[in-house]
Amino acid sequence: MLTTETILFFSFGYIGLLFAIAYIGDRHAQIGQSLVSNPYIYALSLAVYCTAWTFYGSVGRAATSGTGFLPTYIGPTLVATLGWFVLRKIIRISKVHRITSIADFIASRFGKSTTLGSVVTIIAVLGIIPYISLQLKAISISYLVIKDYPLIHVPRHFAEIPVFHDTAFYIALILTVFTILFGTRSLEATERHEGLVAAIAFESIVKLIAFLAVGIFVTYGLYNGFGDIFNRARAVPELQRLFTLDIRTGSYADWYIHIFLSMMAVMFLPRQFQIKAIWLFPLYLLAINIFVLPIAFGGVLQFGTGSIEADTFVLTLPMANHKESLALLVFIGGMSAATGMVIVATIALSTMICNDLVMPVLLRMPSLRMAQRADLSDILLAIRRGSNVLVMMLGYAYFHFVGEYYTLVSIGLISFAAVAQFAPAILGGIFWKRATKTGALSGLIAGFLLWVYTLVLPSLVQAGFMDPGFVTRGPFGVAWLKPFALFGLKDFDHIAHAVFWSLLFNTFLFIGVSLYSRPSAIEHSQATLFVEAYRYAGETDGSSFWRGTASVGDLRSLLVRFLGKERTEEELAAYALRHIGGRQRYKWEDDLEADAGLVNYVEKLLAGTIGSASARVVVSKTVKEEPLGIEEVMDILDETRQVIAYSRELEKASADLRAANERLKELDRLKDEFISTVTHELRTPLTSVRSIAEILHANPGIEYRQHKEFTTIIVKESERLTRLINQVLNFQKIETGRMAWQISDVDLKGVVHDALSSTNSLVQEKRIRVEQDIPELVPTVPGDRDRLIQVMVNLISNAVKFCADEDGRIEIRVTTTPDHVQVSVKDNGIGISRNDREIIFQEFRQIKHTLKGRPPGSGLGLTITRRIIDFHGGRIWVESEPGQGSSFFFTLPQGNRPVNLAEKQSTVPSG
Amino acid sequence: MTPELMISRRLFALFLFGCLLFNYPILSLFNLELFLFGIPLLYLYMFAAWTVLIVMIVFVMRPRAKKRFTAGRHRKSAEF
Repeated sequence: MLTTETILFFSFGYIGLLFAIAYIGDRHAQIGQSLVSNPYIYALSLAVYCTAWTFYGSVGRAATSGTGFLPTYIGPTLVATLGWFVLRKIIRISKVHRITSIADFIASRFGKSTTLGSVVTIIAVLGIIPYISLQLKAISISYLVIKDYPLIHVPRHFAEIPVFHDTAFYIALILTVFTILFGTRSLEATERHEGLVAAIAFESIVKLIAFLAVGIFVTYGLYNGFGDIFNRARAVPELQRLFTLDIRTGSYADWYIHIFLSMMAVMFLPRQFQIKAIWLFPLYLLAINIFVLPIAFGGVLQFGTGSIEADTFVLTLPMANHKESLALLVFIGGMSAATGMVIVATIALSTMICNDLVMPVLLRMPSLRMAQRADLSDILLAIRRGSNVLVMMLGYAYFHFVGEYYTLVSIGLISFAAVAQFAPAILGGIFWKRATKTGALSGLIAGFLLWVYTLVLPSLVQAGFMDPGFVTRGPFGVAWLKPFALFGLKDFDHIAHAVFWSLLFNTFLFIGVSLYSRPSAIEHSQATLFVEAYRYAGETDGSSFWRGTASVGDLRSLLVRFLGKERTEEELAAYALRHIGGRQRYKWEDDLEADAGLVNYVEKLLAGTIGSASARVVVSKTVKEEPLGIEEVMDILDETRQVIAYSRELEKASADLRAANERLKELDRLKDEFISTVTHELRTPLTSVRSIAEILHANPGIEYRQHKEFTTIIVKESERLTRLINQVLNFQKIETGRMAWQISDVDLKGVVHDALSSTNSLVQEKRIRVEQDIPELVPTVPGDRDRLIQVMVNLISNAVKFCADEDGRIEIRVTTTPDHVQVSVKDNGIGISRNDREIIFQEFRQIKHTLKGRPPGSGLGLTITRRIIDFHGGRIWVESEPGQGSSFFFTLPQGNRPVNLAEKQSTVPSG
Repeated sequence: MTPELMISRRLFALFLFGCLLFNYPILSLFNLELFLFGIPLLYLYMFAAWTVLIVMIVFVMRPRAKKRFTAGRHRKSAEF
């Protein structure tokens, strides 16, 4: 039954079925009934991770190392828990920025750098090629094994098979066609290839069923369950040692380095992510691994060690026991496992090659005038398909020349180690803002070189391309440079050893160089957008990294070239609906100015098709805009600084307000005090007038002498009242500027005389001696005579108030200077302290004497005096020492120096 | 705390727990040449620990967890 024709019939039938499923999936997506949105289908498509490596290779690994195959599957289980932190953020960022590949992701994070994008692409292509080649190898071997049925014979020396007789070559061709048909049909890479995902999910079911079928057949068909197999294995020394982990220094380290490696691989292997039913994927991994050990042990028990490669046990065990249909199912299952990954990896790599390697170069070559071409979509598709073929052929070449010397798992692990090099740049990139492009680039290059040195070069040695002494003695005989024991590290297996050194240098340089380099402006902005992806999620459309504006027409023609006319208009309408709103159909006029938001949107649309680095090149060329330079960043910083300055000013203003408020409160307090003082001053004379009047009223027959005495008091107290009231009224008038001034030439001699006579009674009362020193000839001054008399009266009564109680003396002196007449009134009283000298002229201020308390009077006298002197253009001040008496001086300008008093009158400050 | 945040914290705890289960020294406790139900202890332990981890992920992610959390919050807010 298992003839070559049957095998080929089922193989092509199966591939035809895949084509059909992919086609149906695409059709469903087109009419809006997505099959893939079902979480179970999506989780199954994740199982593309279980490749031929898992299907054939795990058994091979288990036959030589027991549990050594398990870390590859435990790692993804741990990632399923960690996924919420890392994968969710990566997915989020990719969605917002329309990122389609790892190269795009890293390039975009570090300032949309073309260099970085190309480096990542090269590493990814070279790193993943062994992975693709292992799938080709698995399909090829399984075909060669099954076609010789009933003979069981494992072929060797693939390199001797001519390429055109090699099944693997034709398989590679068929896979290329499939990939081109379903993976690179359209340009938009962010679109999910729904048909493809459906086909891969189907393949996952097939391979699981096939593997479980073999497992059940071996465990319960050939033997009596798990216990039986392990029991028999105990008798075989080679198997017995596999029941435990090796006890050597590096074995636990190997173990967790392998777990870590598979975690990195499952995160960063090219694939689309989604977090749905995250427990289903680990469960699938568990299920497909349950029978690995029984099959491995069963195979060794059946064939012994060495005669048949353990990598083929899954297929050779059914064949040896003549289960033909099971063998066919296994063959199909193995093909499923292999093709899924080949297709997914090829699509991802060809997108990377096109967007991050070829396009940036083409766009930068002025002779090609790429940016000016009318329609680029054909060129893009051609590049992508060409890359497909290239990747597949590279995979085939690696298989053809190197693949035969390695087991499936060890080939795969080489790829994992390469993919793990992206971990520092990606994880650092999304969690650490300070990470720079230079740091990422140095880390990646160092890690990649070490990977090549410790894994790839030795594989070339094995294939006979290099001198074996390179591995055994070290290059040029330098022992500490031996690629499997670098710097003398011998405790790890080859993979763990390579991962350790490459990631150590990678991470070290990534962090170190980042700390010692400055991120550019665009790196800064991208870093913020990536690290704070959740915060800026809704705002990125409006982020104005492009400064200046471009016309809508330019942008439209740019979009049409890459997306086609129909889609361009759709996207523009979508943008209008979201950002301009309201109108159903916004009309984008070609000569309209596009704002930074629209330019940004266009760049993102293009990024979905040609990658972020290329999109940036195209947009900057077409729009001819300057990206945000350091000056603009400084401007933005400046704005921030201005805001800070403004808030400081506000603070200052509010401090001023607070001070003003304090002063107002103080004034308010003073006013209250003034009112109480004035009321008190008014009440005292009133009370005495009233009580004397009552006495007179009650005693009509009072003596004449006494009667006269009483009435004199009444008159004096009334005068005092009048003075007080006049003072308040005057003050009010002066303050509000309603004082009526009667200006004439005033003779100061007369003023002093009049003032003295009106204060005579006060002076006499305290028995004060008044001395005058007035020259014969005093020039007249222009002014209001009555007000000047009031000034003198105030000063004299003030002096009387503060004169010494015993032997009081007042000196009045008038002197003349060429310009001014100066008058001074000196007393020999208690004096005024330095602090008080200024405030005595302020309204409502009275100096409280520590012993005597508040002096009598309203506290307005000196204030009014000062206002009057000010009005005359003069100056008033006091000279004094406490205990030495005080002298009040005032000067008035002479008449021959005319002062325009009339003008002054109108500009008198009103308070 | 949002339900998402709660789930992500629980998952992170599971991650640490998983790292513990599959590493030295816990692993070394089972690295013995013993058989349980005819199966080598190390194999049994690994698959058992793996199963436990998956069951716990399912438990954390089960749809009811989210619902109950939200309901609990509503009840609490009604009390005050």
